Amino acid sequence: MSLVDTRTPDPKKFIKGATGDWEMVIGLEIHAQITSESKLFSGSSTKFGNAPNSNVSFVDAAMPGMLPTINQECVRQAVRTGLGLKAKINNRSIFDRKNYFYPDLPQGYQISQFKDPIVGEGIVYLDMGKDGEVEIGIERLHLEQDAGKSIHDQHPNMSFIDLNRSGVALMEIVSKPDIRSSEEARTYIAKIRTILRYLGTCDGNMEQGSLRADINVSVRAPGGEFGTRCEIKNVNSMRFAVAAIEYEARRQIDILEDGGKIDQETRLFDSKSGKTRSMRSKEEAHDYRYFPDPDLLPLEFDDEFVAALAKDLPELPDEKHDRFVNEYSITSYDASVLISSRSNADFFENVAKGRDGKLSANWVINEFFGRLAKEELDVSNSPISAKQLGGIIDLISSSDISGKIAKDLFEIVWGEGGDPADIVEKRSMKQVSDTGAIEKMIDDIISANPEQVEKVKLKPQLIGWFVGQVMKASQGKANPQAVNKILKEKLGL
Amino acid sequence: MSVNADIVRKIGHLARIKLKEENLAGLADELNVILGFVEQLDEVDVSDVEPMTSVIPATLRTRKDEVTSGGYADKITSNAPLSEDNFFMVPKVVE
Amino acid sequence: MSDLIKLSLADIQKGLKAKKFSASEVTSAYLNEIDAANPKLNAYVSIENEQALSMAKASDEKLAKGEGGALEGVPLGIKDLFATKGAHTQAGSHILDGFKPEYESFITNNLWQDGAVMLGKLNMDEFAMGSSNETSYYGAVINPHRASGSNKDLVPGGSSGGSAAAVSAFLCAGATATDTGGSIRQPAAFTGTVGIKPTYGRCSRWGVVAFASSLDQAGPITRTVEDSALMLASMAGFDRLDSTSVDLAVPDFAAAIERGVKGLRIGVPKEYRMDGMPDEIEKLWQQGLAWLKDEGAIIKDISLPHTKYALPAYYIVAPAEASSNLARYDGVKYGLRVNGDSIDEMYENTRAAGFGAEVQRRVLIGTYVLSAGYYDAYYVKAQKVRTLIKRDFETVFNDGIDAILTPATPSAAFGVNDQEMKADPVKMYLNDIFTVTVNMAGLPAIAVPAGKDNAGLPLGLQLIGKPFDEETLFAAGRVIERSAGLDFTPKKWW
Ligand SMILES: [Mg+2]
Ligand SMILES: [Zn+2]
Repeated sequence: MSLVDTRTPDPKKFIKGATGDWEMVIGLEIHAQITSESKLFSGSSTKFGNAPNSNVSFVDAAMPGMLPTINQECVRQAVRTGLGLKAKINNRSIFDRKNYFYPDLPQGYQISQFKDPIVGEGIVYLDMGKDGEVEIGIERLHLEQDAGKSIHDQHPNMSFIDLNRSGVALMEIVSKPDIRSSEEARTYIAKIRTILRYLGTCDGNMEQGSLRADINVSVRAPGGEFGTRCEIKNVNSMRFAVAAIEYEARRQIDILEDGGKIDQETRLFDSKSGKTRSMRSKEEAHDYRYFPDPDLLPLEFDDEFVAALAKDLPELPDEKHDRFVNEYSITSYDASVLISSRSNADFFENVAKGRDGKLSANWVINEFFGRLAKEELDVSNSPISAKQLGGIIDLISSSDISGKIAKDLFEIVWGEGGDPADIVEKRSMKQVSDTGAIEKMIDDIISANPEQVEKVKLKPQLIGWFVGQVMKASQGKANPQAVNKILKEKLGL
Repeated sequence: MSVNADIVRKIGHLARIKLKEENLAGLADELNVILGFVEQLDEVDVSDVEPMTSVIPATLRTRKDEVTSGGYADKITSNAPLSEDNFFMVPKVVE
Repeated sequence: MSDLIKLSLADIQKGLKAKKFSASEVTSAYLNEIDAANPKLNAYVSIENEQALSMAKASDEKLAKGEGGALEGVPLGIKDLFATKGAHTQAGSHILDGFKPEYESFITNNLWQDGAVMLGKLNMDEFAMGSSNETSYYGAVINPHRASGSNKDLVPGGSSGGSAAAVSAFLCAGATATDTGGSIRQPAAFTGTVGIKPTYGRCSRWGVVAFASSLDQAGPITRTVEDSALMLASMAGFDRLDSTSVDLAVPDFAAAIERGVKGLRIGVPKEYRMDGMPDEIEKLWQQGLAWLKDEGAIIKDISLPHTKYALPAYYIVAPAEASSNLARYDGVKYGLRVNGDSIDEMYENTRAAGFGAEVQRRVLIGTYVLSAGYYDAYYVKAQKVRTLIKRDFETVFNDGIDAILTPATPSAAFGVNDQEMKADPVKMYLNDIFTVTVNMAGLPAIAVPAGKDNAGLPLGLQLIGKPFDEETLFAAGRVIERSAGLDFTPKKWW
């Protein structure tokens, strides 16, 4: 990888040290498990959580004479992901063997792609809020096999090996060293995860290990030469990623400021202590002896194959964001919130279609998402449908109910279900827009409160008191706009 | 290019084969004979020649994404030197 | 010795169909012969009496009903490199101690589907690495042939030495074998048998223990050209589970045997005329050309300029692939484990004890040539040379050559425990000098016994064909076989 600095040093991101400012340089290798029924090179299942060695074929266990055959769905998914990362798709790629010994690596090598990956350079955009948009380069994406699992805590002097994951398809997405803060790293992981989920190429489940990151961290004088990097292996949560980067950068700065030098090494993040430590098993330099896997031929496909996948690609987060801003006249910030997942965005669109965009966005983000979060639910198991929420918004727009009544109505629909319009009808929640009735109520209040009438003439903001009285008399059903208008006329304001 | 006892020891470790110290020099001699033999290739001009990636003119066939194997953990571990509850067992690995 | 074991594969089938004898009788005759001969020849590492008899019985039942496949009731020996379900499969190695696969190789499965009977597993050089069958954990195989007037033990060649010896000594009607650099053709030449290495991709490698994946190809060793055609027809075929298997229909090889060579253009590569080649080999070669010419072939001098570099390139590519293919033998999943205090100690102890000296040597060479800093100089360079070797052949085939005739080996069988070969690994490697180019280019080639040396030992000729044109090799091989008209039955001393 040629190291090219694409970023302008930003003092806001500098880390203060005893000897001056420092800048972090971060590159990420994200391993994303491809969503598929069977493994990359064998026909055994990818299901999570099955009994030990039950998702294992003779191929996965590297039995003598077994041979790999490639899963076409994994190829499709890798190409689709490459398209989603706006990356160069390579019509010819080669599978290589990465040779090393480890008990959860039954073949003694991992089939991966080294010199000729299936996907080349691409770009990911990060929305860093008020800091604007940041562009992170993608170096490559390649296909490779996952390893099995070693369990070390079952026996005093034995490790147990379960090969269920062995051979599951992974995409390794390698970024360029373009990331300059732990927050950018977090945002980058989140963005990659969103893209993968939009595409349906990886479920993005970090707890189950479907998505994990190797983080390369180095520090340097702002804008200076790249420093020596350390690789933090297998970080499986965004919170840990931030903590690991912060710890590691500080560790390196302390060493450098003490006149020491950084050893390029692989480190592990210990989530309990919040520290990174050197991996003992990696003390000797690895020599992976990559060479093309002679059991597999070059993987080739034509432009039509890629074009067909491109044609069927779903709308991706960036495009959806821009369309939401344009089509629904909502703010960029609201659009970012709404597109955080495809199901959230779809929900919003179902609500907003044919309705006021801003009002819909408000309701979806504040009332609906807020409530989901409170109850630890998501769109898929929400008790309220887009149609119901749309119904509530329709009643607001038609002035049948006020915003305040709408909130009550939302509670009713959330708890009891039902058609919002029916509920409003049956429970007489409709707001009174009939000016005659409102006029009558206002006349009564004015005649009963002569002192207040005098005061409001001197202090017009006291009109709120009258509005309150009318609303009270109408049990909240009076149309506030109508009330305001008539009050102003009658009070001569 | 030739190897000595030190290099042979390193290669032995990379290949995970325990080599006896007293055999290293002899092995180095044997390997050097072979390396000397293969170094005839230096005579060949290979500029502009593509390295062979497949001896037959074909590209990779792909298979359907279907579950067609697995589900026989007992068969997977039936030949294992040491196993328990269908896990393979190995000397404890320290990371 | 029962006469039944002397029958050709084709004659066994005829006799069975005519009910002259039963499959059980043929099988028993072979099993008896194996029991008597194996202590001396060491061709079998495992004799599957029960399975053989029950398979033969099943064949007899089918034959009685007028059913049965192309090889119904034919007793075969299987090289220990092929996975046979529930049976000894150890690739001639200590490291696969006790391994009995839960699966059957594609090729042996084809053979059983066609009704063949498995007599047992055949000895071989460990992981098919060797040219004398002396690297086997199970000890050397002894060539049934001896120089006239001598009682010195000779090697049968390797790595399919058990297969060649068993076929030659009538311990099976035919045998499976594999060829990575000459491992079918050289032992066939050393034992007076016929061996064909088909085009790479013709036979599935699924279930065949890998040595060097880009070079390995299975084929039969038999006593006649016709038998090879019959056996290969059953072994070959497209297999989705091997990504390098070629999706091509298997021709009726037997139908090609008597096609003759009239009008065929036979190439004679000048680069195969090596310095110090024994006169008898040169004479045999000229004799072979004369036979083909007599039957109407056109003989053409050709050039394959990179021939000389095939063997050095092979000794980079094959060990490199092997070093990786053999990484799976680590004491975790199957086979031998020698304990150690740590996982790495366990690996190192197991692999030191489990692999013999030649396998260790090749794994070390392979590891070295792939290691950082050397990969381009060795491996990439060798694969480039391979491209040139293949191109040499393409050029002559494009110029109209139909097949190429060469000697199969630079000499007849040599003695067991040959001190010169022992002292210099490269001397041993030179055994494959005529055969290895074919593996590097993925081409088919057949070795046919064609003559005898001064001591009466068999010598073979090799015919190299165009990709997927095994038929021409059978036709031309048959002409040589017929023209030679020799009896290659070894004089029984065991
Ligand atoms: Mg990596
Ligand atoms: Zn990876």
